[in-house]
Amino acid sequence: MTESWQLPLRLAALGFLGVIVQIAAVSQITVFGVSLDLAPLLVASVGLLAGSLPGAVFGFAVGLFVDLALVQDLGVTSLLFIVIGYAAGRLRELRDPAHGLVPVVVGAVATAISTVGFALMQFLLGIEAPVSWLLLRQVLVAILLGALFALPVYALVRRVVSGALPDDPRRRRRRAYTTGGLSPLSRPSQGR
Amino acid sequence: MYDRQVRRRRATLIALVVVSLILLTAYFGESPGSPLHTVQRGVIEVLSPIQEGASRALKPARDLFGWFGDTADAKKERDQLRAQRDALLKQQIDAQVALRENAQLRALFRMGGNYGLDDYSKATARIIGRSPNNLLRDTMQVDKGTSSGVRVGQAVIAGGGLVGHVSTASGGTSHVTLITDQRSMVGAKVLNRSNRGDIGLVKPSIGDPLDLLVQQLPRDTRVRVGDNVVTSGVIDPRFPSPYPPNIPIGRVTKVDPAELESSNQIHIAPIADLRHLDFVQILTTDPPGGGERAQVP
Repeated sequence: MTESWQLPLRLAALGFLGVIVQIAAVSQITVFGVSLDLAPLLVASVGLLAGSLPGAVFGFAVGLFVDLALVQDLGVTSLLFIVIGYAAGRLRELRDPAHGLVPVVVGAVATAISTVGFALMQFLLGIEAPVSWLLLRQVLVAILLGALFALPVYALVRRVVSGALPDDPRRRRRRAYTTGGLSPLSRPSQGR
Repeated sequence: MYDRQVRRRRATLIALVVVSLILLTAYFGESPGSPLHTVQRGVIEVLSPIQEGASRALKPARDLFGWFGDTADAKKERDQLRAQRDALLKQQIDAQVALRENAQLRALFRMGGNYGLDDYSKATARIIGRSPNNLLRDTMQVDKGTSSGVRVGQAVIAGGGLVGHVSTASGGTSHVTLITDQRSMVGAKVLNRSNRGDIGLVKPSIGDPLDLLVQQLPRDTRVRVGDNVVTSGVIDPRFPSPYPPNIPIGRVTKVDPAELESSNQIHIAPIADLRHLDFVQILTTDPPGGGERAQVP
């Protein structure tokens, strides 16, 4: 197996197991009436670690799998997860955030995009859903839960994909610190 | 090279979004038997056993995490059930009290007809206080006083029998001295088989207020256990009776010939359940014509 297939295979396994665990176990555990949604956290973490393109593709695939497995309208979750994966990846590519709590913020935003976006999409598709303070409270609790579990999920994803990433952000930052700048190999202008 | 990478990234992103939109549009407009739905059903068929296995395998972890939520829910539920229990207990107590009061009030009104007390005006009063030590002083406080026509010396009845008499009366409350009080004396008539109607004086025995003695009976009184003793209602200085005649006082519980011979007394138990009363009736007026009602001592 060539090295170029390492990352897609690992991401495929991660996405498959993540969705299965989500459906079989995590969805059945509720906190204040809300269950944790692992999928947007996985997508955001992949985007943060692997970049915008892998993030978007992983988001599309996981979203499609979720829609298939949960008998939802195909394409809704894919569309949202593409946004999440791509945005997280772009954040990494443009800002390269080094703070340890970045995954927490990204996880919270990803959960917010997922829950609010899903509700909006349902609304646009003409599916009547009661909009109330209770729904707003549930969205807030879901975001809090997402922020709470973002770090462990990020750590898990990093562990799974470590070694398969073309450019480890930590290694790149360390190199930038010791050499006084990004490696010439990493500079976008010189291509990668 | 960089531009090509950017173009490739953007193209992929646009392609993914377009595919999603096509999927969404196609799926949304399709009937349940269409290809996309069929694919979805096929995926579910394949995934079902995996999901089931995963669900079983992950049950311990699910239970562990669920325990926290269940504990919080259980505590909330416990508090709600406790509040519900307290409310139900209060309702039950209220209902029991109401039933009990209803029975007593019914008995009070029946009593008026049974013992010829219809001619008397009556004030139904609720008991609001009792003496703490009924061995020496057996009194109760009721919520009717002079403003309701209650006067000192009036007879008090309840529960099918005589209770006592009003010993003090103020505007809104009165004190009733029970027939079991050591100061109490009631002129009584024994309804025995000879129908002679022997007259005596009812007093509580020392140390056991619920054991009443009928004293000063003739030595040849013929009486047996179970006979009734009623108020005599006679005007006689020897047997002061502020009570109307023929109100049941008690039933004979013990007849000792030797005691009757030596002390001229027998034992009776009060008919009215004096320890469990909530309501009494005070006979507030004399019957028309006065009858054989005695004077207040």
